[in-house]
Amino acid sequence: MGAAFPHTIPIFAGFWFLGITYGVYMKVSGFSFWYPMLMSLTIFGGSLEFVAVSLLLGAFAPLQTLVVTLMLQARHLFYGIAMLDKFKGTGWKKVYLIFGMCDESFSINCSVEAPEGVDRGWFMFFVTLFNQLYWVTGATLGGVLGSLITFNTEGLDFAMTAMFVVIFLDQWRKEQHHAASLIGLGASLICLLLFGAEGFLLPTMACILALLTLLRRPMEREGEST
Amino acid sequence: MTLTQQIITIALCALGTMATRFLPFLLFSARRPTPRYIRYLGKVLPGAIFGMLVVYCLRSVDLLASSHGLPEAIAIAVVAALHLWKGQMLLSIAGGTICYMLLVQTVF
Repeated sequence: MGAAFPHTIPIFAGFWFLGITYGVYMKVSGFSFWYPMLMSLTIFGGSLEFVAVSLLLGAFAPLQTLVVTLMLQARHLFYGIAMLDKFKGTGWKKVYLIFGMCDESFSINCSVEAPEGVDRGWFMFFVTLFNQLYWVTGATLGGVLGSLITFNTEGLDFAMTAMFVVIFLDQWRKEQHHAASLIGLGASLICLLLFGAEGFLLPTMACILALLTLLRRPMEREGEST
Repeated sequence: MTLTQQIITIALCALGTMATRFLPFLLFSARRPTPRYIRYLGKVLPGAIFGMLVVYCLRSVDLLASSHGLPEAIAIAVVAALHLWKGQMLLSIAGGTICYMLLVQTVF
């Protein structure tokens, strides 16, 4: 427990800031603090929880919700593949390690080795647990504090846009070529024009999958040559 | 949305998330290699999805309205500039959001 804590301090700052923002955002969108609290407990995935606010505010669309979730969270599949070996032999803790494998828990557990004499399973368990604790308390606090806020919160929802712009930029800088990012932007813009703001997500995701599948050969070749 | 529909929506988000987290451990063993198509998607999907999410966030910006999407454009430029300059996620998000709030509350 003591060994895991220092590694999670940077996450603490980030999760509290984003968590509180998320809680306040839910509150000013008309949801009580129970929503951010329970959603951060059960979903435990920041970007989806922000998107879920818009989904909850829109019309009931279970299929779209599920597809958005699967597409947005698909990256976890690859975290899981990367952690197959590392989670081995951790016993019952493995279930929680997988449950709590958000971007941040993954990046610590994947890159940091447990110090000598410290059990690997427990180390990763506490990294995950601390992270979730920060996120849940931040989101709940934001939901509670949201009602006390007296200043004008108009425009606070831009935090979500800013977060995705930042993640998008980070992705962009990691890519060897930008075809995938451009497909994402282009397909969304075209589908937004064609289908309108309410129903453009499903066709967009279908287009993205189709384009990426069609372009697999050239993109893989280009990826190898650079 | 009714409360039941909200619960279903949240449950689907949670279930979908868990499916993506647990599936690899159910499907692949460390011994069996991951299919190439899956590995390829893992590499290219994130960039495309986050591109889509940026557009999703901006879906209700009306270019014909009085502000012509200017506050959004300026704030995104601020986020990008801060991020390329300092590279600190929180600073970029906070700076851009404060800038946007000031713009929509006082200028536009």
